[in-house]
Amino acid sequence: MRHIISILLENESGALSRVAGLFSARGYNIESLTVAATEDPSLSRMTLVTRGSEDVIEQITKQLNKLVDVVKLLDLTEGPHIEREMMLIKLKATSTARDELKRLVDIFRGHIIDVTSSTYTVELTGTGEKLDAFIQAVDSDDILETVRSGVSGIARGEKSLHV
Amino acid sequence: MELTGAEILVRCLKDEGVEYVFGYPGGAVLHVYDALYQQEDVKHILVRHEQGATHAADGYARSTGKPGVVLVTSGPGATNAITGIATAHMDSIPMVVITGQVHTWAIGSDAFQEVDSVGITRPCVKHNFLVKDVKDLAITIKKAFYLATTGRPGPVVVDVPKDVTAQRTEYSYPKEVSIRSYNPVLKGHPGQIRKAVDLMLTAKKPMLYTGGGVILSGAQNSLTEMTRMLGFPITQTLMGLGAFPATDPQSLGMLGMHGTYEANMAMHHCDVLVAIGARFDDRVVGVVKYFCPEAQIIHVDIDPSSISKSVKVHVPIVGDVDHVVKEMIRLIREDKRKPDPVAPMQQLAQWWDQINEWRSVNCLKYDRASALIKPQYVLETLYRLTEGDAYVTSDVGQHQMWAAQFYKFDKPLRWINSGGLGTMGFGLPAAMGVQLAHPDATVACVTGEASIQMCIQELSTCRQYGLPIKIINLNNRYMGMVRQWQEFFYEGRYAMSYMDALPDFVKLAESYGHVGMSIDKPADVEPALREALKLKDRLVFMDFITDQTENVYPMIAQGKGHHEMHLSPERELA
Ligand SMILES: Cc1cc2nc3c(=O)[nH]c(=O)nc-3n(C[C@H](O)[C@H](O)[C@H](O)COP(=O)(O)OP(=O)(O)OC[C@H]3O[C@@H](n4cnc5c(N)ncnc54)[C@H](O)[C@@H]3O)c2cc1C
Ligand SMILES: Cc1ncc(C[n+]2csc(CCOP(=O)(O)OP(=O)(O)O)c2C)c(N)n1
Ligand SMILES: [Mg+2]
Repeated sequence: MRHIISILLENESGALSRVAGLFSARGYNIESLTVAATEDPSLSRMTLVTRGSEDVIEQITKQLNKLVDVVKLLDLTEGPHIEREMMLIKLKATSTARDELKRLVDIFRGHIIDVTSSTYTVELTGTGEKLDAFIQAVDSDDILETVRSGVSGIARGEKSLHV
Repeated sequence: MELTGAEILVRCLKDEGVEYVFGYPGGAVLHVYDALYQQEDVKHILVRHEQGATHAADGYARSTGKPGVVLVTSGPGATNAITGIATAHMDSIPMVVITGQVHTWAIGSDAFQEVDSVGITRPCVKHNFLVKDVKDLAITIKKAFYLATTGRPGPVVVDVPKDVTAQRTEYSYPKEVSIRSYNPVLKGHPGQIRKAVDLMLTAKKPMLYTGGGVILSGAQNSLTEMTRMLGFPITQTLMGLGAFPATDPQSLGMLGMHGTYEANMAMHHCDVLVAIGARFDDRVVGVVKYFCPEAQIIHVDIDPSSISKSVKVHVPIVGDVDHVVKEMIRLIREDKRKPDPVAPMQQLAQWWDQINEWRSVNCLKYDRASALIKPQYVLETLYRLTEGDAYVTSDVGQHQMWAAQFYKFDKPLRWINSGGLGTMGFGLPAAMGVQLAHPDATVACVTGEASIQMCIQELSTCRQYGLPIKIINLNNRYMGMVRQWQEFFYEGRYAMSYMDALPDFVKLAESYGHVGMSIDKPADVEPALREALKLKDRLVFMDFITDQTENVYPMIAQGKGHHEMHLSPERELA
């Protein structure tokens, strides 16, 4: 099962490597990982996507909680939540295909944020599946570069992860 | 008044009540050594290798329950300490290790004797710190001791760059510290405890399985009280020996790979298993699907990640052993189903009959008529002559298992060995820490001719500080534990397990200024031990030339269940 784990972490050098080190040392997989400081400069927020059986996920959350730098965590997939990922994708856009590409970007509610005579750079936000679908929809020969942010997530409703 | 970082460091240790620091100097910690030199409160023990410093601090901790403290230099000083840090980490031993580091401005430049100590030690510490500003030093040391000694204990490394030890600031040692992300749970959940007691009082074939957590919690008294009150059989892990008296009729001895027949059979057949401060290690569990097939399992542990890690349990209780067991006792007392206070075992008579039948197999029996010295005999004699009251450290191998089986520990903190990491070289330096903590006690180091050579240099430390350790070298000219596996599982192809070119241990001991003895006849074992134990102020190295072919029994081979033990050839059941 795929799980999205949100972590509030002490914003200290080395904290990220404790989390990453835990995953490699114990053989857990990381599908994506994003991290940045929060409005409270002493805390970082990390979103980690992993896969594993219920037993493995239970161990992962326990082991994460055991790290002294982990202040709090929440398995978002246990409740209703929103997940978003951002992608920057640079596409070949030659004269004949330009209009069609523009329409496709509109359908996916993306933005063209940089243009040259032969390329478009597109910004797209959504679930991982939506980004996958966009990639499927364009001709793979036309993709020059993709940059994905990894998943960020937040619980729906009034539930919030804070100190 | 402003103090330098080095002075602050030493003052912190003093204010923390540290008696001994085990260490080795070098460039990055010279300021600290200079500060140590100018005071007398904190005593420094100079080892001969940094691995020895960590094991000595570890032995000190295991035999006192207080944290062990280590001081080493940057680079090779820190890397030499790793084995000892990992050893303490696997067995949850409280330790604070201070490593010197290159100047802050040189960090990351491949400077002389620079290693990323925080990075290298990260996987084998409870936590670690790099101190970049002298203003953070005292609070960091306080946090290090707090983390090392609370919750599930463990080693904490504090990496201190040289310039930080030279900077000055005001000193005051914080009385208390709290860390917002770290709040170990002590009291167990009342509902869960009630559920557990309910299961315990209705069990027909109950079993207590207790481990190192009981000793770490200091819960021997409450555990003993509860066990006697319930009349349950009890088995202990290698790490838990001594938390309940081994000579008590309710004790079935150690369980697991080299545990007793009665303990393992009782595990296999019990209907309620109460695991307390034990972590279901693979040497104990064997194959998960064969483990306690009939039992409802209760597990008390302070570390939630120990619970249901390998074996799924039915009643998890997160909390400190002493707190939880005391609460259990209270509930049992109030309960009308409580066992008869005069004859608590009576209620379980059928179960005890069965257990006594398993006991009658006498699984630890060995050949007493042998013309060769049997290692078991040496340990039995040591037990008898020390009246079970010695501190016993051990290395790793067959001798370790025999010591665990034949020395009956009635008290905690007496059996000092590396269980989780299984570190050869542990025994002698650990004994130094134990002897310093208990100067008048008999401290025996049970070792093998292979293990002892891994930290043999510490004989020099023992000489310098006059540590009268009794070294019991069970010399079988083999890495016996390795040889045993090769005999059983590799058709007797003894690849690299023969110990060739051994030193003359008697002369070796003498060259360090100690007493050496070589014993090769069974009849000489007792007189030699008596003589050695009489030499109260000398280290005696006793080289026992033992039967090379002796194996450790019982043994559960890999992939087998608790009920499928091998007994010794004479004892093998049909
Ligand atoms: C050659 C060799 C052979 C071995 N053979 C055997 C064998 O036959 N049988 C055997 O038992 N072992 C054997 N071992 C040892 C084995 O590898 C493990 O080290 C041992 O079984 C672990 O013991 P434990 O479960 O008591 O856990 P420990 O490592 O002592 O862990 C303690 C547990 O208690 C918890 N705890 C700590 N403090 C508290 C507290 N205050 N309150 C509550 N819980 C707390 C911890 O979280 C942890 O889960 C062998 C080792 C070697 C080297
Ligand atoms: C540092 C280290 N290296 C290797 C091992 C693997 N090992 C376990 S027991 C053993 C042999 C120990 O021999 P000895 O000290 O003579 O004890 P004996 O088994 O003969 O009693 C070895 C090599 C280990 N535990 N630790
Ligand atoms: Mg040997």
